[in-house]
Amino acid sequence: MESTRSETPIEASDAAGDASPPVVHTPAVEVFIYLVLLAFALLLGVDNWRSGAGWSQDGPQAGYLPFYLCVILAGASLYGLALALVRRSGQPKIFLTRDQLRRVLQVFVPTLLYCIVMQWLGIYVASFVLIAGFMRFIGRIAWWKSLLTAFVFSCAMFVTFEIAFDVLMPKGPLEALFGF
Amino acid sequence: MEAFTLLLHGFTVLLVPKTLALMMVGLLLGVFVGVLPGLGGPNGVAILLPLTFTMDPTSAIVMLSCIYWGALFGGAITSILFNIPGEAWSVATTFDGYPLAQQGRAAEALTAAFTSSFIGSLVAVLLITFLAPGIASFALRFGPPEFFAVYLLTFCSFVGLGREEKHKTIISMALGLLLAAIGMDTVSGQLRMTFGFAPLMRGVNFLVAVIGLFGISEILLTMEERLALRGHSASIGLRDVLKVWKEMPRYWVTLVRSSVIGCWLGITPGGAIAASFMGYNLAKRFAKDPSTFGKGRVEGVFAPETAAHASGTSALLPMLALGIPGSGTAAILLGGLMVWGLNPGPLLFVEHKDFVWGLIASMYLGNIVGLVIVLTTVPVFASILRIPFAAVAPMIIVFCAIGAFAIQNALFDVWLMLLFGVVGYGFKKIGIPLAPLTLALVLGNRSEDAFRLSMIGSDGDLRVFWSNGLVGTITTLALVLLFWPLIGRLLEGVTRTRRPAKA
Repeated sequence: MESTRSETPIEASDAAGDASPPVVHTPAVEVFIYLVLLAFALLLGVDNWRSGAGWSQDGPQAGYLPFYLCVILAGASLYGLALALVRRSGQPKIFLTRDQLRRVLQVFVPTLLYCIVMQWLGIYVASFVLIAGFMRFIGRIAWWKSLLTAFVFSCAMFVTFEIAFDVLMPKGPLEALFGF
Repeated sequence: MEAFTLLLHGFTVLLVPKTLALMMVGLLLGVFVGVLPGLGGPNGVAILLPLTFTMDPTSAIVMLSCIYWGALFGGAITSILFNIPGEAWSVATTFDGYPLAQQGRAAEALTAAFTSSFIGSLVAVLLITFLAPGIASFALRFGPPEFFAVYLLTFCSFVGLGREEKHKTIISMALGLLLAAIGMDTVSGQLRMTFGFAPLMRGVNFLVAVIGLFGISEILLTMEERLALRGHSASIGLRDVLKVWKEMPRYWVTLVRSSVIGCWLGITPGGAIAASFMGYNLAKRFAKDPSTFGKGRVEGVFAPETAAHASGTSALLPMLALGIPGSGTAAILLGGLMVWGLNPGPLLFVEHKDFVWGLIASMYLGNIVGLVIVLTTVPVFASILRIPFAAVAPMIIVFCAIGAFAIQNALFDVWLMLLFGVVGYGFKKIGIPLAPLTLALVLGNRSEDAFRLSMIGSDGDLRVFWSNGLVGTITTLALVLLFWPLIGRLLEGVTRTRRPAKA
């Protein structure tokens, strides 16, 4: 196929990302994920063995199918693990460069904080803080635009879910102040 | 003929101002999520699902399926104007769509995309209208062994026919089935894999997992890739539309071919992506001048779009008739059905006629209205892409959190969503497919129930899965599909050794 798509924005940004030093390579991440899956399979497998993975009079016991699913999961993970360890030839693919990691954390950390703050302030106030903060500090958008967008959006959510559609959300002290 | 009267009845269910209004809202929301980078059909439907929790099932499914149509239309806008496929199956649309936009023929490309999506869906909906009731009434005779065999067939075809590495598909599917089994065992009432942790007793909710796996992980990926949006603007005039429509009959072979491919692959699970590429490649192979493909040919937009939408729509056929979703989005719609207390499967056609035929009628109406809406509002939606991502990303996160919480009113689910987001990100990066996990999560309990009920019925004898012609055929077919890669290689070996002998 003719490569008429060489000026795509996606590829251009990829090229820019290559300049940044790699943090971790794909085979290492594969090994890590397979090990986690293996541990998960072992943990659940043991639990299912305890709740009964045998075959009783009326067919399989409660733990029967999940137990063998754990066996399958563990087997497939071991296979993947072996493959990832053996296949180490040539230049390994880069999983994340430092720039990419920074950008992923830029969205992951705020999301994590958002989930924590939500427990006390309720979802609407937390959303306001998340949107305003994200726009201002990560997007470098003007204060007034960030605050206004966040305010309008949070209010719109409140009206849509709480009032129009009767879907109840976690609420905090601010909503209580207004009697909700 | 009976289908026709029932369909007319469906339209009368639908033609109420309130339902029509919901349809418009759904379509607009759908185009909106389809256009936004990092969101698409399954994410959009999953995130907007909580909006429908308090509606009656018919209005809810009409709105959701319209969100879906809208998202499909919206995906074409980003593919053509910005060269960013909204979904994996829009990738083939960018091959010729984006070059067309670069040549300043964006309006033509968009009209072609929308019209061919419309045709593809329409063919698939016709198929559903006339085939689904028959399949459903046939499936009414199914007992637990037959149902288990059909579920097995679904799982096996994913493993055997999927393009990913086999062990990755197996991991994804086993993980999904395991997660579905967490919580109360429905047959014995025993608690499984809860480790005494109270929030786990309800089990892992399918929709929470989907919102995390698709929504949150997609935001992480989009941030990582730093999509710079540089696109072409377009507005569609009546003249462009008429020009494309005048040309269209010339490509009728392509349209028919792509529709057939799409319908066929849509019914088999996981086929939508394959369908769009196959539609494109076949159109290229049969063209007189294949070298002009990829440089901006209207036919190169017609072919993949028709196939993708035919398959996206026909994926709803097995969901309605058998309770088995043919695609990720169909799986989410199925999850919705269960939230509203409907039991998907053949009984749906008997017990909830209004609902089923309302849905089918909404497919017709939604596609027609959708076509008109997208043709007229393209400039508005194209300008949405100029909103900075830093403003869109937190809003999507808020939507995801609201959705995850609203399903069971549990804050624990918000954490679960975040966890699934990280898992989804890691899996996507190392190539573990997410569709089998989704499918396994939604079908897990039902297939386990079917298996154990058949075991109780047969006193634990596995031969029940070959006890009559029907169930035996399905089970054998499932096993053949599971080992298809091996069988295929064997057959290849046989023919290769024979051929030299012949020559």
